[in-house]
Amino acid sequence: MAAQPSSILSAIPGPDDIIRRELPNGITVLVRENFSAQSVIITGSLVAGAVFESPEKQGLVGFATSSLMRGTHNRTFTQIHEELEGVGANLRIGGGMHEVSFGGKSLGEDLPLLLNILSDALRHPSFPEAQVERLRGEIMTGLKIRLQNTRYMASRQFARMIYPPEHPYHRFADGEFERIKSMTIEDLRSFHDRQFGPLGMLVVIVGNVKADDAVAQVGHYFGDWLNPNQQPHPPLPPVASPAEVSYANVVIPGKSQSDIVLGVPGPSRYADDFQAARMANNVLGVFGMMGRLGKNVREEKGLAYYSYSQLEGGPGPGAWRVIAGVDPSSVKLAVEGIKVELDRMLHEPVSEDDLEDNKMNLIGGLPLQLESNEGVAGSIYNMEYYGLGLDYLRRYAEMISTLQPTQLQEAMRRYWSTDAFALAVAGPELEGPVL
Amino acid sequence: MINGSITRHELNNGMVILLKEVHSAPVISWWVMYRVGSRNEPTGKTGISHWVEHMMFKGTDEFPAGSLDRMVDRVGGSWNAHTFLDHTAYYETMPADQIDLALRIEADRMVNAHFDPEETESERTVIISERQGSENSPTFWLDEEIHAAAFRVHPYHHQIIGDMTDLKSMTRDELYGHYRQYYMPNNAIGVMVGAFDTDDMLAKIRALYESIPAGQLPRTFNREEPEQRGERRVMVEREGNASYVTLAYRAPAASHEDWFKLAALDSILGGPSGPGGGNIGSKTSRLYRALVEKELAVSVSGGISMTVDPYLYTIDATLRDGRTHQEIEAALDTEISRLSGELVSQAELEKAKKQARAAFAYSNEGVTGQAFWLAYSEHIESYRLFGEYPERLQAVTAEDIRDVARKYLQPSRRTVGWFVPVESNGAEEGEDE
Repeated sequence: MAAQPSSILSAIPGPDDIIRRELPNGITVLVRENFSAQSVIITGSLVAGAVFESPEKQGLVGFATSSLMRGTHNRTFTQIHEELEGVGANLRIGGGMHEVSFGGKSLGEDLPLLLNILSDALRHPSFPEAQVERLRGEIMTGLKIRLQNTRYMASRQFARMIYPPEHPYHRFADGEFERIKSMTIEDLRSFHDRQFGPLGMLVVIVGNVKADDAVAQVGHYFGDWLNPNQQPHPPLPPVASPAEVSYANVVIPGKSQSDIVLGVPGPSRYADDFQAARMANNVLGVFGMMGRLGKNVREEKGLAYYSYSQLEGGPGPGAWRVIAGVDPSSVKLAVEGIKVELDRMLHEPVSEDDLEDNKMNLIGGLPLQLESNEGVAGSIYNMEYYGLGLDYLRRYAEMISTLQPTQLQEAMRRYWSTDAFALAVAGPELEGPVL
Repeated sequence: MINGSITRHELNNGMVILLKEVHSAPVISWWVMYRVGSRNEPTGKTGISHWVEHMMFKGTDEFPAGSLDRMVDRVGGSWNAHTFLDHTAYYETMPADQIDLALRIEADRMVNAHFDPEETESERTVIISERQGSENSPTFWLDEEIHAAAFRVHPYHHQIIGDMTDLKSMTRDELYGHYRQYYMPNNAIGVMVGAFDTDDMLAKIRALYESIPAGQLPRTFNREEPEQRGERRVMVEREGNASYVTLAYRAPAASHEDWFKLAALDSILGGPSGPGGGNIGSKTSRLYRALVEKELAVSVSGGISMTVDPYLYTIDATLRDGRTHQEIEAALDTEISRLSGELVSQAELEKAKKQARAAFAYSNEGVTGQAFWLAYSEHIESYRLFGEYPERLQAVTAEDIRDVARKYLQPSRRTVGWFVPVESNGAEEGEDE
């Protein structure tokens, strides 16, 4: 395989051009300068996700984090957004499964403002009642709208099927109608007091700013933050592979198309076979026009506009699944086509040619992934979050190029079987069996 | 040189080429935009431009079906296409040392696409599936009805995806005929932005594209929409859980002097729009304050597109649970009356202008987005339009905004659309087997 041209290698972020600093209170700051852009990007996270919720408080993290920019002890809702929008900046804070994440963008000169408001929202939220009630109504309307979304509903049902009820992945982090309705401001406040803190917080800044200045600014706005009550991530309950095929149909009247989600619990990002599984997934449902699944279900059979596979690969055993949107009368045919391709992956080693194509795809795609400040910031975040080392992207080509067809097949067999998976279909009422 | 100036060239077959060197990353984006979209489609062939776009991925002699995806993905490139009201555009963004492949692909499929009958039939169901996917969203149905009511004569009246009846009946020969009519160098704009040398790249482009003969373009299919005199109303009643209101006002073409005034109005009313505008929030816009903060709606936005022919300025609101369509309309009307009756404050105007500057900076940071906006602007008027966007907004005054509000945001020039959900009992979760 051809080596990366030197022009590309020099554009890949690495230890020599990423500044990494640990603040005494547990915050890690990573900065990469890019003076060819006018903007600066900030991205990062706190150790405070839905894994800390109890099942009866499902949606708490999402609700609490959405409340942070509704008012602080120093600024009203209007002041927060006037300050940001007045300079063409944006800032968002969102609750995820394992983390509370944040991200923002502004012109380089406005980074202090961005960090100031981020700090204010994360550290000093006031949860004003009128704003919280307004937000509650918006969340509840959003949840009702999602009940009509076939892909969302198939995914939600699928999660319930492959993860046991005691596992946080069994639930969607955005909550459920009745639970959001009954949540109190005290619930939001106590979650914030208990879990928001600097331990394990990551801040990545990329763009038109001097690295030393950026580190100093993070220190200025976050350096004195402490929360002695903050808890580390709880361990995740075990997840067993499916023992058989399970099927559920979510009927949503009036829809034209059915959404299919078919899959299994997959490897975590920390798993030894993660790269092999990711490569297998690329062959199965990504490369070219959505890999072998796209070729079979879309190109050859003309059954779907989209038919692809997705490997979550986060901190825990996220889903490895196939997603397709098809005419309701074609669900059975599409499922058969998906099973044929899964079977091929399980029983035939990927050819050397196919593997070479996919290796080149993943390696060759790095320059595009790293073209934008957002792309660079996301890559630096992942290297730090998963402990990959800041030279990970520089080693990436070598690591990928050593993968063998047998490793892909072994990874497929570890997670998949055509006799044991979950299938969720959402859409109009189906006629006849789909399996 | 980090960011070079733009050079414009016209090949001897009429193809317009725009080149801009950007050396901040080793990538290049190549776009070819054809001056054909749903605007050029007669009844019976609605959706034909979009379907032709799909067929362009189905192979030529040089790049047989399937090989295109493989070749681009193999080198880590990203490629796609889209069809709009006025144009159909194709792009490849590639590692800089692989850009020759993109140039070859686009030159080849400008004239050599197969339109194999079997592939055409297979794609028919894919496109129908694409439309069905859109139909799953309640707002698709509302949007379709609003356009059909707002444009009785002009082809902007149908959705870009096309009417289902046409998707079922169109033939391979009609598709191929559309391709042969519109895909030619004198109907195309090629734009490249990225890490290359202009002189060398222009020579490569000439070598590949200048030998493609110019063709005879058909007379533009353009049925001018008559003046609207009187409000039009549509109502969609379908299964759903949420209610929506859309106001769609007849708006001028992008080349009209009032267009930028309406864009500035939109920034104040609905939040930043235009190139890069999506990067900025809109929680301080007038409509957000009047509808979301007053707990009438959960979201509200405005939208105006740069189009060749006069199109629409739209305002979309998603109702908060328990609110009525009438309440939303009344609140929207109050805000529109304010714009017509009194001048916007200098502070609001300055904010809109600062936002436009920031948004423009954001839109200039990726080669793919820059190349797209340059092609889009060249098609509408001139590539300079993109660079001048912030300056043109700077020139808008408070009086201009009041004047265009009075001129365009009149009830007699609008179509009002309501989506009214009917009981569906929501999602029913079936049993596991």
